[in-house]
Amino acid sequence: MSTINRFASQFVATIVANKRVGQYHQIILQVGDIVTSCKPGNFVAIRVGGEDSRMILRRAFAISRTSHTASFGGTLELIVAPHGSGSKWLCAQEEGVELDVVTPLGTAFGIPTEPVKALLVGGGYGSAPLFGLAEVLKNRGCRVDMLLGASTGQKIYAPMEGKRAVNSLRIYTEDGSVGERGRVTDPMWAMIEDGAVDVIYSCGPMAMLRAISELAKDTGVVHQCAVEEAMACGVGICMTCVLPVKNEDGSTSMLRSCIDGPVMDGSVVQWDLVGQIPEVTQ
Amino acid sequence: MKEFDFGTDLGGAWFASPIFTASGCASSGKELAQFFPLKEIGAVVTKSVMTKPRHGRPTPRMAETPSGMLNSIGLQGPGIDYFLANDVPWLVEQQARVIVSIAGETVEEYSTLARKVRSVAGISALEVNISCPNVENRGLVFACDPEASRRVIDGVRKTIGGELPIIAKLTPDVTNLPAIASGVVDAGADALALINTVLGMVINLDTMRPHLGGKTGGLSGPAIRPVAVRAIYQVHEALPKVPILGMGGVSNGRDALELILAGACGVSVGTASFGNPTAIISIQNELRDLLIARGFTSLKQAVGYAHRAEA
Repeated sequence: MSTINRFASQFVATIVANKRVGQYHQIILQVGDIVTSCKPGNFVAIRVGGEDSRMILRRAFAISRTSHTASFGGTLELIVAPHGSGSKWLCAQEEGVELDVVTPLGTAFGIPTEPVKALLVGGGYGSAPLFGLAEVLKNRGCRVDMLLGASTGQKIYAPMEGKRAVNSLRIYTEDGSVGERGRVTDPMWAMIEDGAVDVIYSCGPMAMLRAISELAKDTGVVHQCAVEEAMACGVGICMTCVLPVKNEDGSTSMLRSCIDGPVMDGSVVQWDLVGQIPEVTQ
Repeated sequence: MKEFDFGTDLGGAWFASPIFTASGCASSGKELAQFFPLKEIGAVVTKSVMTKPRHGRPTPRMAETPSGMLNSIGLQGPGIDYFLANDVPWLVEQQARVIVSIAGETVEEYSTLARKVRSVAGISALEVNISCPNVENRGLVFACDPEASRRVIDGVRKTIGGELPIIAKLTPDVTNLPAIASGVVDAGADALALINTVLGMVINLDTMRPHLGGKTGGLSGPAIRPVAVRAIYQVHEALPKVPILGMGGVSNGRDALELILAGACGVSVGTASFGNPTAIISIQNELRDLLIARGFTSLKQAVGYAHRAEA
């Protein structure tokens, strides 16, 4: 058997909650026992638009949190920004609606076996999966600091209950409307120099992930980032969502962010080559 | 009641089911194996492979369009040697039937690829993709040129001898498709694969430039199904004895039946698998039920049924 998509399954999941949180929607899906295979970093691919929709492709959403409750069994939480036609359709669905889902897909954040000093960095609603990750890290005895950033305060996603899992939380907005004016990368160099960071976990826009990778370069700090590339299939068959990644021998491979990601080692992604085609070396 | 005969013949190769993956839409099979056993479908048609490893085209490579999508992947792949040494044996181990698809930049490259494929066991047929729209130079789309198409197929036929059936994959983006089809059949193709994607473009309104890294891309999905039905109907009418592997926007059993009635004796499922990894299994089951419900006792009876004389 192949190891690709090893834990993935296609099934019908019921929406058990859908509520607006600021500019986003918090959607809870009832998924049963498969929840035990869903790890922070994994994503779910959802069919949108209903029967005979002109939208033929699934939409991928990061799993922000998993839980197991007496009333609903295993559930997944998604934080969805109603931006495109697919996500708007999803956000308009009410409790009780059944969705065709495929999950868990993609790589998960690597969890250290020993307690480490973890810095979690989120851009916009990219912060959502970091709260689930923070809980896991906290339970492993890690120190968890979090930096969240966005263009403006309304785009920051930071739920009250999520803050409990972190030792510190700092917010940066470009317009200064919430937290400090600036970017999440502003305090990072000082934190790295102070030895306050062993591992950076990041999720957000590609420009932010690139900036963090450049800061972390040659510092010994590990950078695990959840990348964002347009996907068509989410299961590895279409070759749409590729990113240039450096191999050990120095050559570059175009890896699929759906099956070799979304969580990737930021130090091997060839950020300067994203959107280009590297030379083939043989 | 006699058991329904779902089997099909593609230029001498027999398959228990007429439903296949479409090249470029199932990679090399490993990704879909989690969702259904690959041996349950007619065959896996692998992603068109070239002689050397290839990175393909820059991102963005995809744009969703109404009932379809545009892609400009550009034949990213591991190269024929890696593919034959790793992917084919794995598929054989899964007891999947394998149709290998090859793509070249020159007539000689196709022959080289065919020679390598010939030496590997477990392959049921060879698809010769002469119609990939995502090559640097549109002039290299052999299937737009009758003479170039002929030379490629002739070279492959001479290399491969009579050992493997050759399926020539054609583009509908030509003025006279039956003429191209009959040219490649004369040159030695045993069967035809119709249709490849249709060349298209999307302009991004934020950047006000072509959205895809490769600027143009291939349109696929339900939006092109009528083009596929037309192409299959025209070619079957001109060449009724040549088996056609039909494809183009098939997403359920009724779509597959439409292609069969137009003249296809096998149907490949491509873009539908992107939206639904088990689409191919549903399509296979639905097609069988639809044929039985219409009183056919075999798939063969339904092939080209839309062409029958008026009663």
